[in-house]
Amino acid sequence: MGGMDCRENKEMRKHLITLDDLSKEQIISILEQGKAFKEILSRPIKKIPTLRGKTIGLLFFEPSTRTKLSFELAAKRMSADIVNFSASTSSLKKNESIKDTVMTLDAMKIDIYVVRHPSPGVPYIIADHIKGSVINAGDGAHSHPTQAILDLYTMWERFGSIKGLNVTIVGDVKYSRVVRSDISGLLKMGANITLCTPKTLLPRYVIDARVRHTFDMKKAVKDADVIMGLRMQKERQDSGIIPDEVEYNHFFGLKSHLLEHASKDVMIMHPGPINRGIEIDGEVADSKYSVINEQVTNGLATRMSIFYHFVEN
Amino acid sequence: MKIKSKIMEKVDIFRSLKRISHEIIEKNKGTENLAILGIRRRGVPLGEIIHKEIEAEEKKKVASGILDITLYRDDLSTLADKPKVNSTEIDWNVNDMNIVLVDDVLYTGRTIRAALDEIMDYGRPRSIQVAVLIDRGHRELPIMADYVGKIIPTKSNEVIEVKTDETDGEWAVWIAEKTKK
Repeated sequence: MGGMDCRENKEMRKHLITLDDLSKEQIISILEQGKAFKEILSRPIKKIPTLRGKTIGLLFFEPSTRTKLSFELAAKRMSADIVNFSASTSSLKKNESIKDTVMTLDAMKIDIYVVRHPSPGVPYIIADHIKGSVINAGDGAHSHPTQAILDLYTMWERFGSIKGLNVTIVGDVKYSRVVRSDISGLLKMGANITLCTPKTLLPRYVIDARVRHTFDMKKAVKDADVIMGLRMQKERQDSGIIPDEVEYNHFFGLKSHLLEHASKDVMIMHPGPINRGIEIDGEVADSKYSVINEQVTNGLATRMSIFYHFVEN
Repeated sequence: MKIKSKIMEKVDIFRSLKRISHEIIEKNKGTENLAILGIRRRGVPLGEIIHKEIEAEEKKKVASGILDITLYRDDLSTLADKPKVNSTEIDWNVNDMNIVLVDDVLYTGRTIRAALDEIMDYGRPRSIQVAVLIDRGHRELPIMADYVGKIIPTKSNEVIEVKTDETDGEWAVWIAEKTKK
């Protein structure tokens, strides 16, 4: 039963907190092997024994539907045991600190912690107090590496390579942890990135010499191979950063007439949940160019691949 | 690793595979519901040759596929470096098929155990048979081959290396001895 090592570079970090924890070679390794995991999802019995005996803790300090379900199902498909922790029903309500909470969990011998938290950096704190691995499932506006991996996988599966792809990102860049991870991953893989968003939604630290920015949607989508919409985070918009949703949609929404300027087999992506009629029009989200549902399937396959790469023996 | 001797040349390998192909046809009374499934990596090129031979001999289409058993290994949690996972490719319905698993060397039997488990996750075949080029003994599980190219009694410190054109650029079977570290 010989075989090559699954990790191109053996110095894989223990935790996956941002995409900087992965080299380009390691990202490619996760993507390539993601294909094998995707095949499993089409079988009559969608279960493999690979993580039997391993325990995965899902620590969600913030509401989530698709990410949590995706991680949970990925763990179950690989025969791991899972324990769920949600902030609202836990001893955090009794003022237990995060440190004490995770140390308690660690005494229960958990192998991988999947962490989502509204404050950036919490996965690092947790990583300092446990023996297992931490996989970041989104911390504040900081990072969401597994979403970026599934986005990269979706592009890689369609186009065969990410190098040289024209990727246009529209929507709320400021409050998006997805975009920060996506940009980091896309730059690593050699894509050309264009952002199109009003100035009030463009944080200074996103402006990188290698990222183009425009206020003109027509220019932004020109020759795009991929257009990615980002959710307008209405719950974080109290301060009136955009004057009006209708006006925003008029100038910065992704509309079907814009697609004629893009590459003829352009791929429309969105991490979900989508706001129809704000950052993306319904007819675009439902068009033949849209791969929004395919992204969900790919999320499951790539998270299985990530578990495989990060579980420690 | 000290190479001791070459056991089979290309011509010997192809003769064995040809005989195995004919035995498969004989035992299964033709090719109805027959499928050839090569186990990655070196079972794949061997399976392809057997598959071609059977199709040519019977002048009928026979199902074939590739099995990657990595995710079903029983030693994953003991390995320091995780092996690379490749795709399994089975694009036919497994139910009621007579499946012939093809691998290069039958040794402990653990690869075949993993393969049996994986196939069962695809459905319920009528039968599963095993074809190997080399049976070197030292079984750790109650598994035996239905078709064998050559039985080679070995010592446990010896290694059988099957080389295929696809994976190694040549066809040959070598016996080598593990050198003490």
